[in-house]
Amino acid sequence: MSSSAELDFHTPQPDAASNKPDGPPPFESWGRYPAYQAELKHLHWQGDFPRAIDGVHHGALAVGMGRSYGDVCLLKDGTLLETTSMNRLLGFDPATGLLTAESGITLAQILDFAVPRGYFLPVTPGTKYVTLGGAIANDIHGKNHHHAGTFGCHVTQFELVRSDGRRLFCTPTENSDYYSATIGGLGLTGVITWAQLRLKPIVSRKIDYQGIQFHGIDEFLELTRQAEHNEYTVSWVDVTSTGKNFCRGIFMQGDHSQVPAPLRPSPKPKLVFPMELPGFALNGFTVGTFNALFFNKQIKKRVTTQPDYEPFFYPLDAVLKWNKMYGKRGLLQFQYAIPWEHAREGTVAILQAVAKSGLASFLAVLKAFGDVPSPGMMSFPKPGITLALDFPIKPEKSFALFDRLAQMTNEFGGRLYPAKDARMTSAQFQTFYPQWERFARYKDPALTSGLWERVVGGQLGVRGGGR
Amino acid sequence: MSTAPTPEQPLALRTERSSGNGPHAPKRILVLGATSGIAEACVRLWAARGDSLYLVARNADRLAAVAADARTRGAALVDTAVVNLDDTAAHPEMLAHAINSMGGLDIAFLALGVLGDQQQAERNFATASQILHTNFNAPVSLLTWLANYAAQRHAGTLAVLSSVAGERGRKSNYVYGSSKAGLTAFVDGLRNRIDREGVRVITIKPGPVRTAMTENMKGSAKFADVEAVAATLVKVIDKGSDVVYVPGIWRIIMAVIRAIPERIFKKLSL
Ligand SMILES: Cc1cc2nc3c(=O)[nH]c(=O)nc-3n(C[C@H](O)[C@H](O)[C@H](O)COP(=O)(O)OP(=O)(O)OC[C@H]3O[C@@H](n4cnc5c(N)ncnc54)[C@H](O)[C@@H]3O)c2cc1C
Ligand SMILES: NC(=O)c1ccc[n+]([C@@H]2O[C@H](COP(=O)([O-])OP(=O)(O)OC[C@H]3O[C@@H](n4cnc5c(N)ncnc54)[C@H](OP(=O)(O)O)[C@@H]3O)[C@@H](O)[C@H]2O)c1
Repeated sequence: MSSSAELDFHTPQPDAASNKPDGPPPFESWGRYPAYQAELKHLHWQGDFPRAIDGVHHGALAVGMGRSYGDVCLLKDGTLLETTSMNRLLGFDPATGLLTAESGITLAQILDFAVPRGYFLPVTPGTKYVTLGGAIANDIHGKNHHHAGTFGCHVTQFELVRSDGRRLFCTPTENSDYYSATIGGLGLTGVITWAQLRLKPIVSRKIDYQGIQFHGIDEFLELTRQAEHNEYTVSWVDVTSTGKNFCRGIFMQGDHSQVPAPLRPSPKPKLVFPMELPGFALNGFTVGTFNALFFNKQIKKRVTTQPDYEPFFYPLDAVLKWNKMYGKRGLLQFQYAIPWEHAREGTVAILQAVAKSGLASFLAVLKAFGDVPSPGMMSFPKPGITLALDFPIKPEKSFALFDRLAQMTNEFGGRLYPAKDARMTSAQFQTFYPQWERFARYKDPALTSGLWERVVGGQLGVRGGGR
Repeated sequence: MSTAPTPEQPLALRTERSSGNGPHAPKRILVLGATSGIAEACVRLWAARGDSLYLVARNADRLAAVAADARTRGAALVDTAVVNLDDTAAHPEMLAHAINSMGGLDIAFLALGVLGDQQQAERNFATASQILHTNFNAPVSLLTWLANYAAQRHAGTLAVLSSVAGERGRKSNYVYGSSKAGLTAFVDGLRNRIDREGVRVITIKPGPVRTAMTENMKGSAKFADVEAVAATLVKVIDKGSDVVYVPGIWRIIMAVIRAIPERIFKKLSL
């Protein structure tokens, strides 16, 4: 027979999480670090906010799929407003590809709708399980940054609701200051209830793909130059090898196939990562082996294939919850953007520091950002090189390395990506984003986040301080 | 003075058309309580396959969002009416309007319902009465009219969301449970009456499903996924089943629960 917990439906319980300090956190970011208790509420309708925070005094924050790695989507002892039930399509024009939807819709749900109609996302991250609202709030970037800019470049309008009940219709020309502050605004300017996105036409699910081996940063830079006209470029780089294999990798370039082919919807994924692996499972040895295997899987210098867009854009989405493989302690991501001026030396120095540390990094992604400007005031990308690394958390070692890498990033004139950060100091944040004070004018006084409390909070006095 | 439209004469002007043919003959579907999480998930599937929808709910803003979604997904027609369904006097007019607007009716789906505050209902009859009214009286009023309409035409499907909670009264929600027990008995009886007239009547008994109604309950993370439930419901409604448990495992679970002797059951904290 089933347990009494299962039978105990239709009995409203006080929100379990808010009063159980030792229980599992009600909402985790993808890195599963830090783990914060919070009250979790669900927004179902565009009118639910600000009513949902009546009587809330410890700050609130809208959150989507929790695919950010650090604390940008967390709030210790605060109220998280989860948006994924607010996921309706509100309109679509098949002639222009303009799609309007509520902010909790995921990019996966948008693709399910759009692909059979001959449209694709204008910009997509490495997972389709993020929400429209989250994509705007972090002004995410994809493999086509050098052509298309950030996600925000394709957001034509949205509604922003403030905690005082004001509903702001935001476009590049109307409430343009809130438009700009909200794109890349880290969820702090209000709750985005719906947004309109310009999709791009496709005629096939296929990607014309080439994978090319490179050895060393200069080959990477040369390939980047050669691939300027390719819409999508990204590289996987081996960050465990030193010596002659240092900075070897695979440069991946792709374009949507122009040969018309059936635009079927994607099948639903079935694999869910079954459990947390013990910490030792991901030591340097296994990661080194993985990296060597991955590199040598592509034996030829150059491989040309035509994969479906799913494995090309979302290779990791085939296994849901793969972050559990990093065990209970979770993982940290580290992602910088260093401007061209110091991009080469900075990248070499940081890769050397990572390789020398011997701290395993499973996935390292290297890419050149282009110079398409973002409308977002606090947007992360800038022209130059970006590198993203994963580390399993081993408190003393990985934190020390992290702090060093952040410092190096700073020295090379770069900055870190708040969506993938749990460590940068407030001094670093304020150097990376000197416009933060201007941004703070648009912050909603009732909203704050773990990140904001860490890098700014105290300075504005009250918790979640705004102006 | 106008009299309420009757099931025999619901349409003053327009003639009814039968639903078309083709790979999927579009259905004309009336959804009562269209802002319900379960109903909305069904609406998305119906809309995507091009059915015609008439959506009724009490909250205008919510209903507008559900309707916009259905239109965007490709429903052949989406009409709406903002009606508080507790107001049974308004039912005949609204139902006639719906049928007129769609040019007939293939499926009526009743999703309205409230969980209510059990503890308050234990102390206050007005609270209990309100739960019974929304979950029992209102559906009975709707079904009385719809059953006569459908029986007269020897066609149509009436699908009603009752609940497994109606199968055995439990301390934690017996007011809600009794409203659903009453509804189940009513719908079962109605089927017995009009199945022979060619009308399919479906008693749907969901187990716990994650929607606004249940998401703050203990263990709600393990409740059934509303999209999966909707996929099942759309199928069984097309098929014209009699009594449906979703997820199906609840047929077995409830058989076990019904089999527990009362002298033991009364001591359990369920
Ligand atoms: C495997 C993987 C690959 C990734 N690849 C990339 C990549 O290539 N490029 C890239 O840029 N990022 C990438 N990311 C990061 C991810 O795209 C971003 O963190 C994204 O913002 C997550 O969206 P979410 O819906 O999960 O939002 P959450 O992580 O839940 O929240 C992110 C931010 O959005 C805010 N927010 C959410 N909804 C709203 C709303 N309705 N109104 C206002 N604010 C809101 C939150 O407050 C928070 O500040 C990747 C992540 C993973 C796990
Ligand atoms: N979720 C479960 O676990 C579960 C299990 C078994 C049975 N059920 C039954 O399934 C049905 C749908 O439930 P759900 O889970 O989808 O919950 P829900 O999202 O709360 O839906 C209930 C709907 O009923 C509507 N409603 C209530 N009173 C109304 C009235 N007077 N007039 C018009 N509409 C009214 C509500 O409208 P508003 O949006 O305006 O509030 C709401 O849309 C209910 O009958 C419920 O009892 C649910």
